[in-house]
Amino acid sequence: MTTQLCILRFGTRFSTNLLFVNQKCSISSRHSIIRGFHSSNAAYKASFNEKETFEKILIANRGEIACRVIHTAKKMGIKTVAIYSDADARSLHVQMADEAVNVGPPPTNQSYLNIENILRAIKSTGAQAVHPGYGFLSENSTFVKALDESGITFIGPGEKAMADLGDKIQSKIIAKESGVNTIPGYDGVVKNVDHALEIVKSVGYPVMLKASAGGGGKGMRIAWNDQEVIDGFKIASQESLSSFGDDRLLIEKYIENPRHIEIQLIADKFGNTLYLPERECSIQRRNQKVIEEAPSVHLDPPTRKAMGEQAAALARRVGYVSAGTVEFLVDPERNFYFLEMNTRLQVEHPITEWITGLDLVEQMIRIAANQKLTFTQDDLKFHGWAIESRVYAEDPEKYLPSIGSLSKYIEPIGFIGKNEVRCDSGVVEGSEISIYYDPLICKLSTYGETRDKAIQTMLRALDSYIIKGVTHNIPLLRDVIGSERFGSGKISTKFLAEEYPDGFKGVDLKEESLHELVSIAALVYVKRDLRNWNWKTGKESLFKGELNEKVPNKWDLYVNVNKDFSPINVKVVKQNENEFLVTTGNEQKVITTEWPLETPLINAHISVLDQKRKTVTVQYLDPLPVGFRLRYAGTKFDITVHTARQHELSKYMIEKPKPDFSKMILSPMPGRVVSLAVAVGDVVSQGVEIAVVEAMKMQNVLRSVRVGKVKKIKVKPGDAVAADEVLVEFEDINVETKEIE
Amino acid sequence: MFKAVNFTRNFSYSLENVSPFLIRASPVSKFVFSEHVPFTSEIQIRKYASGNTIEEEILGKIQDLRAKAYLGGGLDRINTQHKKGKLTARERIDLLLDPCSFNEYDTFVEHQCTDFDMDKHKIIGDGVVTGHGTINGRTIFVFSQDFTAFGGSLSKMHAQKLCKIMDMAMKVGAPVIGLNDSGGARIQEGVDSLGGYADIFQRNVLSSGVIPQISLIMGPCAGGAVYSPALTDFTFMVRDTSYLFVTGPEVVKAVTNEDVTQEELGGANPHTVKSGVAHYAFENDIEALQRVRDFVDFLPLSNREKAPIRYTDDPPTREDPALNHIIPVDSTKAYDMRDVITRIVDDGNFFEIMPDYAKNIIIGFSRLEGQTVSIVGNQPMVSSGVLDINSSVKAARFVRFCDAFNIPIITLVDVPGFLPGTAQEHNGIIRHGAKLLYAYAEATVPKITVITRKAYGGAYDVMSSKHLRGDFNYAWPTGEIAVMGAKGAVEIIFRHVSDRTQAEKEYIDKFANPLPAAQRGFLDDIILPAVTRKRIIQDLRVLKSKELPIIQKKHDNCPL
Repeated sequence: MTTQLCILRFGTRFSTNLLFVNQKCSISSRHSIIRGFHSSNAAYKASFNEKETFEKILIANRGEIACRVIHTAKKMGIKTVAIYSDADARSLHVQMADEAVNVGPPPTNQSYLNIENILRAIKSTGAQAVHPGYGFLSENSTFVKALDESGITFIGPGEKAMADLGDKIQSKIIAKESGVNTIPGYDGVVKNVDHALEIVKSVGYPVMLKASAGGGGKGMRIAWNDQEVIDGFKIASQESLSSFGDDRLLIEKYIENPRHIEIQLIADKFGNTLYLPERECSIQRRNQKVIEEAPSVHLDPPTRKAMGEQAAALARRVGYVSAGTVEFLVDPERNFYFLEMNTRLQVEHPITEWITGLDLVEQMIRIAANQKLTFTQDDLKFHGWAIESRVYAEDPEKYLPSIGSLSKYIEPIGFIGKNEVRCDSGVVEGSEISIYYDPLICKLSTYGETRDKAIQTMLRALDSYIIKGVTHNIPLLRDVIGSERFGSGKISTKFLAEEYPDGFKGVDLKEESLHELVSIAALVYVKRDLRNWNWKTGKESLFKGELNEKVPNKWDLYVNVNKDFSPINVKVVKQNENEFLVTTGNEQKVITTEWPLETPLINAHISVLDQKRKTVTVQYLDPLPVGFRLRYAGTKFDITVHTARQHELSKYMIEKPKPDFSKMILSPMPGRVVSLAVAVGDVVSQGVEIAVVEAMKMQNVLRSVRVGKVKKIKVKPGDAVAADEVLVEFEDINVETKEIE
Repeated sequence: MFKAVNFTRNFSYSLENVSPFLIRASPVSKFVFSEHVPFTSEIQIRKYASGNTIEEEILGKIQDLRAKAYLGGGLDRINTQHKKGKLTARERIDLLLDPCSFNEYDTFVEHQCTDFDMDKHKIIGDGVVTGHGTINGRTIFVFSQDFTAFGGSLSKMHAQKLCKIMDMAMKVGAPVIGLNDSGGARIQEGVDSLGGYADIFQRNVLSSGVIPQISLIMGPCAGGAVYSPALTDFTFMVRDTSYLFVTGPEVVKAVTNEDVTQEELGGANPHTVKSGVAHYAFENDIEALQRVRDFVDFLPLSNREKAPIRYTDDPPTREDPALNHIIPVDSTKAYDMRDVITRIVDDGNFFEIMPDYAKNIIIGFSRLEGQTVSIVGNQPMVSSGVLDINSSVKAARFVRFCDAFNIPIITLVDVPGFLPGTAQEHNGIIRHGAKLLYAYAEATVPKITVITRKAYGGAYDVMSSKHLRGDFNYAWPTGEIAVMGAKGAVEIIFRHVSDRTQAEKEYIDKFANPLPAAQRGFLDDIILPAVTRKRIIQDLRVLKSKELPIIQKKHDNCPL
């Protein structure tokens, strides 16, 4: 309703040139009618001639991006058709769409990549156009061709531009021809060491030698001087030969501490190719983006302009239409080099929408419907700062995917203003994260006038984002966003590797935060204890007066966090209904909290003498036998709370030995057993392959961690296994090491 | 805003801090005991009196004895007890009851045996601490056997102490919690000891159904002693430190030549997984006592009371849309019934009982709108939730307990039938299955049933159906209520037809939905899963005034 009103007002009162003047209002219209999706900047919508686009479109995708596209389509009055696999029959995108067509069994190659079935779905529903989202068929020129032949509009670039830019080598050549900076290097195969040294002279140090057939870091060497080139050439070609059976090497300049910065393009079919502000996506793990922001702290206006113009030039050269993105590596001196061009809507497009007020999906649809862009390069300005965190169902320590059903799922959009936070997700409470598809739960983005404000909002959003049922990466996101280094903007693509050389192990509790955590934990205990005395019926409540006298109002507690620290003494005195005086060590705090018992969010307002009152958000996850589990600063903590007497007696409790998992091979995640490399009775040494488990299309080789004899094999290939399910058991053997004579 | 606070709520004092009188009375100064010493204040008045009166001498003697009683079998034995990871009888009571709430009885009781020089060996209290106190303000009677005193063995006087509090508990209507840690009968006392056991058994039986009785096994419990826990309503154990068996490993070896450890024979593991003797196992004494406190909160103090109501913040009208999709699309796929339960009840709080035994059925306590309810649910995750001997017996005894103590029964049904096969038939599935049928049919407490998916065959009748006086019977739209699954049914009905696929489809259309049952009034309504909580709470409000005439009889004859 609000949106509608806004449109009218903008439509009548503002012309195109005033697009960005009323940024604030456009941002406030960002909330959604359905599930907190933003609606587009009303001004842009008004700026188009209110021409019809399509009557019905099909979204050839699933999950959050399908929901995202449906949302804009609905706003534009376009009917939507969803496609779904058997596994997605009850998914949100299916519920949101006007119609839905089953396109096959869960595996993607039989459903979401099944062009034949999708074409049939288009025909049966009479959809006029197809939005491909990202992934799946979005960069498949065969699909585009098939659509063209059936007279269906593809909401995206033309087949030829897509094919030209889709090929990595080809696109690099085109980029070079278009005058785009590419990484200096030798285009052909390096003949020998001398040739290599010769090339280096023109490229300059440092250089990277890499296998022509390469990938995955194998056959890759970085050289800072001639000697290293000589040594590296030898090693790299040997590695390359053994890994890929091909010893040919390439040389290119090695970019130190690079940042990943990309330019969003938008082009219509009338030759208007515009560049939008950049996005920085330097926080990556295994070459997958984790946190993105727009704009980038690193770029100055001249660089921004230069990058934008080069990107636009590349697009013009191939006659690119629709939305697309040119990715660059940028070195600390702001030299930038072309990486590749993505001929589709990017995952991280929301942050560009935040700061420009554009609805990129709407633009794509209008362009596909042969409409002209109604703004020029000069109109395009940006305002504020946006950050996006990709919330994945994965273990943040080992990056292993986690599957299951979202037993509790509450997006922070309800707790924080809708003009500050946006959740692009395709799930609701109860949804399944299955092994068949990408484990992305949500793209959580926040907006602020400044980068710092966007960061602060992101921290609050992450703290109050409730996800239970699957393991997720919020602990890592929270730690990165809250870190000093991220705050300072000194980031590069090596951020995660440098900050967590041994992997992320959960938040590092400092003295102050530890005391904050135990204080809140004590309060949770106290609130539950008071509840336990709050009888409404029963014989004793007849003596309410007496009972009330007995209800405790002071507590002397010992709080144990993860059993890592020694228990901390916390004294609590009830001052009134929701206000408690909490003493830890020498510090007294007054904490007020209105925690509806056993609900997941605890907002504690903490006042310490002479300090500003602050609010800490802690999540109450599960009760434990003696205590409970809390999420604090993103990370889970198992909290044991003992009364003074329990604490005193706990010293007599015997710590029980944990089961010896080294005698078993456990499945690290839910999945399917692909193969078993051992049989009962086999003697294996350390590091020998035992089994391969596949989950989410990733094969994981499980290896023996010790010398042993296979005692029992509990699964067979093809079996579905749960996380931590025992696959193989070992028994000890006396290894007799005989010297070979 | 900031007040200096003086924390006086220390639960234990060392003797130096108490009174000079006490220090004189007891030579032990290191021993720490809890604050529930009831006499300190009186004595402090007395100490200002001048001169030595006879009263004071007697008082001194009393104090001396009392202090001795706190030491039970002495410091050495206390140390031994602690080294095993076990707490002493009094420490356990401290943790079980609210601080300072314990009132002890019979502190000075001693045994009267004179045989085998026993008159020279006396320990005040005679191996057990008894009394009453409160758990979150509600009165509870408790006995705690003291392994440091004669190994907690049961003498005539020991038994008499237990009987006294059991009688008191019956009189006032409050539960009895027994903390068992006893080597068995006091052999020196012979038949006196055996008689003591029988006295206890008799009281267990008379109290049954009148007051809740809970046994927490925290040490050995062997021979005849095991039958007292067996007669009580719930038996809990502590892992690695408690054992229950009729005959120990030595006798087993002698009789059957079977080598078995105490743990394998009667530890928490076999009793919670295989035998079903124990209802829950805890990791250690502290956890056990804390969890028993939580558990007792679910129970009314006696059969004269309604199920207790405790404060909750969970709204009674809360709907849960996620429940609408909790039943898998594929009706042969399993789901965890516990997820259904925790989504319906207050705060997702479900105290499951016997979680490791007969896992194809789930039983336990929860609350709805603060009021205790019991939950019985088939578990599709384990053997498709089929009813077999063990699951029938497990649920039957639980249903009877709830009926005796006015706790409404919520039944969640997804059952494919009774388990077929010789193993079941020859072990008496007919007899044992009848127990569950009997229990449900007999129960007069509010009974609400929700069929989430399958309700096939006799199992449909058994699981608190309308026909067994179910008060409110619902099905979710995914309900399938029929005599048997489509395949089996079609094979019988269309015996002579070769191609039965069409017939099977027809049968599914006809019966794999809850309509036929609803059309016959066997279901009161078909409800959306999301509103289940709301509906059950509304029904419970209506059923608050439920009354059913109970037919007068000496007692029933439940199949055993």
